[in-house]
Amino acid sequence: MIAIAGYRLLQAGLVALMIGALTFVLVHSLPGDMAYRIAAGRYGYDLVDTAAAEAVRRELGLDQPAILAFGAWLWDLLRFELGVSLVSGVPVVEEIRHQLGHSVELALVAIFLSLLIGPPIGILAGLRPGSLFDRIVFLVSIGLRALPQFVIGLLLIYLVSVWAGLLPAAGHGGTRHGILPALTLALGLAAVSSRVARDATLAVTASAYYRFGRTKGLSPGETFRRHGLRNVSVPVLTYLGVQLVYLVEGVVVVETLFAWPGIGHALVHAIVARDVPMIQGTALVMGLMFVLLNAAVDLICHLIDPRRKEA
Amino acid sequence: MKRTVPTLAAAVLAAVLALPSLPFSAAAEDRPLTVVAPWEIKGLDPAVTGYAFTRMEAAETFVEVDEEGLPIPALARSWEVSEEGRLWRFELRPEVRFHDGTPLTAEAVVQALTVAQGKPGVLDKAPIEAIEAEGDGHVVIRLSEPFSPLLAFLAHTSAQILAPASYAADGSVQEIIGTGPYRVTAVEPPQRLLLERFDDYWGEAPAIARTVFLAAGRGETRTLLAESGDAQIVFNLDPASVQRLARNESLEVVAVPLPRVVTLKVNAALEPLADPRARQALSLAIDRAGIAAALLRQPEVAATQLFPPGMGAWHDAALPPLTRDLDAAEALLAELGWQPGADGILEREGARFAVTLRTYPDRPELPLLATALEDQLREIGVEVTIAIGNSGDIPAGHQDGTLELGLIARNFSLVPDPLGTLLQDFGPEGGDWGAMNWSDEGLTNAMEALLGSADPAGAEAERRRITSVLQEDLPVIPVVWYLQTAAISRGLEGASVDPFERSYRLSRMRWAP
Repeated sequence: MIAIAGYRLLQAGLVALMIGALTFVLVHSLPGDMAYRIAAGRYGYDLVDTAAAEAVRRELGLDQPAILAFGAWLWDLLRFELGVSLVSGVPVVEEIRHQLGHSVELALVAIFLSLLIGPPIGILAGLRPGSLFDRIVFLVSIGLRALPQFVIGLLLIYLVSVWAGLLPAAGHGGTRHGILPALTLALGLAAVSSRVARDATLAVTASAYYRFGRTKGLSPGETFRRHGLRNVSVPVLTYLGVQLVYLVEGVVVVETLFAWPGIGHALVHAIVARDVPMIQGTALVMGLMFVLLNAAVDLICHLIDPRRKEA
Repeated sequence: MKRTVPTLAAAVLAAVLALPSLPFSAAAEDRPLTVVAPWEIKGLDPAVTGYAFTRMEAAETFVEVDEEGLPIPALARSWEVSEEGRLWRFELRPEVRFHDGTPLTAEAVVQALTVAQGKPGVLDKAPIEAIEAEGDGHVVIRLSEPFSPLLAFLAHTSAQILAPASYAADGSVQEIIGTGPYRVTAVEPPQRLLLERFDDYWGEAPAIARTVFLAAGRGETRTLLAESGDAQIVFNLDPASVQRLARNESLEVVAVPLPRVVTLKVNAALEPLADPRARQALSLAIDRAGIAAALLRQPEVAATQLFPPGMGAWHDAALPPLTRDLDAAEALLAELGWQPGADGILEREGARFAVTLRTYPDRPELPLLATALEDQLREIGVEVTIAIGNSGDIPAGHQDGTLELGLIARNFSLVPDPLGTLLQDFGPEGGDWGAMNWSDEGLTNAMEALLGSADPAGAEAERRRITSVLQEDLPVIPVVWYLQTAAISRGLEGASVDPFERSYRLSRMRWAP
C-alpha cells in the first residue's frame, strides 16, 4: 500500500518534470514569432502590428535566452507557482481552478455513466455467448469505439437536442448541459468496458471454481454474485485505468464541440496563443490527474482482489 | 443485480431529464435571449474583450456611429472643433448613471479614455496630446495635429467608458461597470456572459429582461444551437450550414456585407512585382466570381474593388470593376519581357516568375483561397509556393522585408471611419497589413487633405482619388469581400444585424407574442 503510494509520488514528480521540459521545448520550436502570437491572443490579430508585438516582447522579456525562462519556470514550480497567463494576465492557478472543476465534473460523470452502461451489458452478453444479443453488442461497441468522439457528439446533439428537443445542444449552466458531453465520452468508454466485461465473464463462467459453485448447488444468480462479479470487476477496472488516455484526449475534443469551459479547451487555446505558462500549467495538471486516477484504480483493484495483498 | 442496473440507469436518466430548468418552465417573458458567436471572452479588459461588452450593450462609448458609419452622439451629447481641428470640446450627456449607481462625470470619462490610450488599441495611434475635464459637463481633447477620424477612434470598443470603480490602481479592469441598457451579472471566461436589464438606463428601456452571450468555437456547434432553439441569434455560419438553416421554418438567415476584405499583399520591391502592370496582370488572372461561388458559396462577395458595398462613402460604384481576362494578363506580362519557359512558367533574363505566398489559418478560408490562387496564377505562368504559418508572419515578414505575397484578411472598420486604417496601411512607409515598399504621393496628399477636411464635397473628391489610385496601382490586390451571416429565431421581433459589428441590438428586440 505504502509502496504503491510512494511509487506513484515518484512517478508524479517525474511526469511533472518531463511535461514541463517537453511542453517548453515544443512550444519554443513551433514556427512563428511568439511575440506576435501572444499579441494576437491578447488583442485579436486585426490589431496586431509590429509595435504591439514589440511591446509584448519587452514586457515578457521574450528576447532573453529560452534556457533562462525554463529555469525560472522550474524554480517557480518548486515553490508551487505556475505563473501568470501571458494572454489574460490572470494567475494560471486561478484559470486552471476555474476550468479543472468543469473538466473533472465532466470526466467523473462520464466514467459513472460508462460504468452504468458498459459492464452490465458486457456481463449479460458474456453470460450468453454467441447469442443474438452478444452479436449485436459486439457490433455496436466496435462501431462506437471506431467513431471519433466528434461524430458521436454531433449525432447525440442531433438526435437528443435538435430532433427530440430533450436537452440543450451545447453550452453550460446546469446539470442538463452536462449530460450530452458526458454521454459522448461515456459511450466510447462503455464500448471498451463492455467488451472487457464480456470476455472476463466468459472466462470466469468457464473456470473450474465457477463450475464447482454450480455443482455444489448454488443457483445461477447466487453463483454469479459470489464467484463471478468480483472476478469480472478486476479487469474492467484495470482497463478503465488504461482508458483514461482516451478520456483525456476526449475531453479536448468534446469540450470544444459542446462549448464546455474545461481544461482541454483551455489547452487548445493556450497553444494557439503560445501562452507558455498556461500550456505548461494545463498539461501538468492533466498529467498529474492521469497519475492520480491511475493510483486510484490501483488502490481499488487492491481492495477488490485480496490475492494482490499477499503478492 | 443484472436486472436492477438498467432499471436504475433508466430511472436516473428520467430524473435528470425531468430536472426543472428555466428555458422550459419559466414564463416566455422571463426567458433569456441567447446570442452565440465564435468570439471568446478572454478577460475583462476593454482592449482585449471590449467588443463583447459593447455588443451585449453593457458598456457604451463616448461617440456612437449610425448605419452609414458616421458619428452620432452617445455618452457625448454634442461636440465642437476649434483651433483648426486641434481642439475638440465634448459636452457630456447629463443624468447618465453607471451600473453601480454613480453618475457619469467628466473625470470618469477622462480616466477611462486615458487608460484606453495607454494600451494597444486605437487611441494610442491618434495624435492626442491631452485629455482633460472642463468643469463637470465637458471633456476637452487636445491634438498635436488635425485628425478628422478622432470621433471614429472614440467609438472604438477599446475606448468604452467604464466607471472609476471598474479599474484597479494599475489601470487593469476588475469589473465591467458600464452605462448600457444591460448590466453584466456574471462573466464566465472563456464562454459565457450573463446580463440583465439596467433599470436606470438613460435611453429607452429594453423589452427583453435577460440576455446571455455564449462563445462556441465550432461552426457545427453553432448551427446545432440554432436548430435546437437553444440560441435565438447565431453568428458566423459556415457556408454548408447556411443552406440548411435557410430551409428551417423557425429561423431567418440574414447576410450583411462587412467592411472586411481578403487581399493579396504585394511586396512592390520584389523585382517581378515592382511594375504596376505586373500587379494588374496578377489581378486579371484571378477568378473572383469562381472563388466566391465555389469556395465561399456567396457569389456576391467577389471583389470588384478594395472597398465593399457596405462601406457607404468609400465604395465607388462608378469605378471600373476588377475582372478576369487571361489574354490581357498575358499581354501585360509579355510587354514586361516575360516569356513562357519549357514548363510553362514565365522567364525573363534567366529568372523564373516564382513567388512565395504566405498566409495563415486564423481565418479558416484563407489557406483554401490560397490554393485556388496558386492554381489560377499558374494559368498565366506564375509559379506560387504557399507557406502557411500564422498571422504574425505577415507583419514580421513586412518588417524584415522577406514577405513576397501575403494573403490576408483586413478589417477596415477597426474604427468605423476607415481613414484611420488606411493611414496605417497606405501611408508613405506602407503598413504591416497594407502596402509594402509602395507609396503614392497623390494618395498620401489625399489622405492628409481628408484628415483636416470639414467640407463634405471636397472629402468626396479626395476619397474618389484614393480609391482610383488603389484600383490602378494595386499595392494590395482585392480578392473577396466578407458577408456576416446570422440565423435569427422567428420568435424574436425587431432583430437586425449591425454591419459594423458594434452591437447585437438586443435592446431593440422583443419576444414575438
